Amino acid sequence: MPFELLVALRYLREGRAQTWLIITGIAVGVGVIIYLSALITGLQNSLIERTLGTQAHVVVRPPEDMPRLLPAGDGTVRDALVERPAQRVRSIVQWQRVATDVAALPGVVGVAPTIAGPAMAVRGDGASAVVVRGIDPSSYGAIVRLDAFLTAGRLDLDGFHAVVGAELARYLGVGVGDRIRLRVGTDVGAVYTITGILDVGNKDLNQRWVFVSLRAAQSMFGLEGGVSTIEVRGSRIYDAEPLAQTIAARTGLVADSWMRTNEQLLIGLRSQSASSQMIQSFVILAVALGIASVLAVAVVQKSREIGILRATGTTRGQVMRIFLVQGAILGLVGSVGGILLGSALARVFAGIARNPDGSPTFPIALTLVLYVRSTAIALMVGITAALLPARRAARMRPADVIRYG
Amino acid sequence: MTARAADPLLRLTGVTKDYGTRVVTHVLRGIDLAVAPGEFLALTGASGSGKSTLLNLIGLLDRPTGGRIEFQGADVSTLDETATTALRGRSIGFVFQFHYLLPAFSAAENVMLPSIAVRGRRDREMVERAVALLADVGLAARASFRATDLSGGEQQRVALARALMTRPPLVLADEPTGNLDSQSGAQVFQLLRTFNARHGTAFIVVTHDDRLADQCDRIVHLVDGRVHHTIRPT
Repeated sequence: MPFELLVALRYLREGRAQTWLIITGIAVGVGVIIYLSALITGLQNSLIERTLGTQAHVVVRPPEDMPRLLPAGDGTVRDALVERPAQRVRSIVQWQRVATDVAALPGVVGVAPTIAGPAMAVRGDGASAVVVRGIDPSSYGAIVRLDAFLTAGRLDLDGFHAVVGAELARYLGVGVGDRIRLRVGTDVGAVYTITGILDVGNKDLNQRWVFVSLRAAQSMFGLEGGVSTIEVRGSRIYDAEPLAQTIAARTGLVADSWMRTNEQLLIGLRSQSASSQMIQSFVILAVALGIASVLAVAVVQKSREIGILRATGTTRGQVMRIFLVQGAILGLVGSVGGILLGSALARVFAGIARNPDGSPTFPIALTLVLYVRSTAIALMVGITAALLPARRAARMRPADVIRYG
Repeated sequence: MTARAADPLLRLTGVTKDYGTRVVTHVLRGIDLAVAPGEFLALTGASGSGKSTLLNLIGLLDRPTGGRIEFQGADVSTLDETATTALRGRSIGFVFQFHYLLPAFSAAENVMLPSIAVRGRRDREMVERAVALLADVGLAARASFRATDLSGGEQQRVALARALMTRPPLVLADEPTGNLDSQSGAQVFQLLRTFNARHGTAFIVVTHDDRLADQCDRIVHLVDGRVHHTIRPT
């Protein structure tokens, strides 16, 4: 065993009560970090999962229709009152090439051509404004797992089959096997058989969403062979905005990330993270001060012993390392205790409060990354906190401390 | 660093030591002293005469204000911190008035500590030497005892074994019997003489006890930071 480790371990063992007290302090600190992180990360993951469970990371669509002024012919422009035109469902020009290009971008894990447009769902005298979404279930599965939201029926969009939201089904009084008419504008539309009912966990979407096949939507909106949107899923959710900017720059199309369309949610998440980090910083500071004060006292208590060690050939570096190793050991052992304590607390808390469906009200995220990060923080704090006492010990003049203590 | 046979182990030439900047206290005022290899020398003098300061300078625990200290023929008064620590660990043993054993370690481990510090970790040879030294001071059976479980005399004997662990050519003892009863004190002093005779280790012993000083090869008496007189007891 190296000299520094031998002496550090003996010193810690010698001041057993003091050592266990500070280890308990570190464990409580690390436990709070683990508990807070697990809770907040779990909540954020749950929120993001609920938000992104029903939408793409990036949606690519054509630019809006804008009026263009025609030149007068002699190089001048006519002065005219220009009105903004009404928008309509339009196809992305050469969408197959765009989809291929986007799919080849780094960080893109799924691309799905889709059509989205407004329509009326009619059954008898009942009618409701809806958003018809034309998808190819095989490619759309990489963007949103629709089948996971099915509460009745199956995801069958062949021919004139449709899957509708649960609120819409309730409003129109329809179920699996019933038929509804989907009308666009003044057109009489077509009749679709309901093959599945979805509950995406959002009342508004459950009221408005109707899924049909891509081909059916193309006919409905007069976009034969075209698509109005390309939906994209990236490998990292928080890289969605840079990905959207890259897509927009490369294609000249409009690319909206979930981060931009859910800006308020993102601000909320960031505020939550900032509060959590602030609490964790204060906890780390308290732990650091605890370690530093214990080691500072130890240096004073052992000044004569340090003097003897120095007189008998121990170098300043060795003396310094003896105290740094103590800080590291305290941090390491404290972090193990903290991981156990924090994990247990988080599990107990998650087990107490449950939703009616049995899922935890406060989902927790206890991950290996969290454990490794917490251990690394405790280790770093231990060593950093020991730095000052260690330097003080190393600078002691053996002749003085042996004589005066 | 080698010395010719005729060279002294230690030579001090005009060594001075001052403390303070605004009010300067001259603790040592030009010490000239030579110690031969294997010599057993007593350093005597009243309190405040500079004995401990001189011992600290010889032990490289402090730096002289002026003059020159040669150890084994080389000037050591200008060595840097790393070099003095290495030289101290290798070539100079210390015995203090109080044993200053580390309570967290056993007697054998306390004896080994200087060697472990120098070599970085302990090995079998160190353990064997520590046990042998403890046997030499009559404490073989106490090797595994904690320092705190030993009597005062036993603790001082362990401290003596510790000072000899690295086979230093010079051991400095600052009133090694000052805290002991007369019987334990005589026993420790006898051990110093035995090691001196057996291994040829030079000893410089600070003492107030004239009877012990009379058993040394030479007595150097300090008064007000100067060597007042040197005598060889008969």
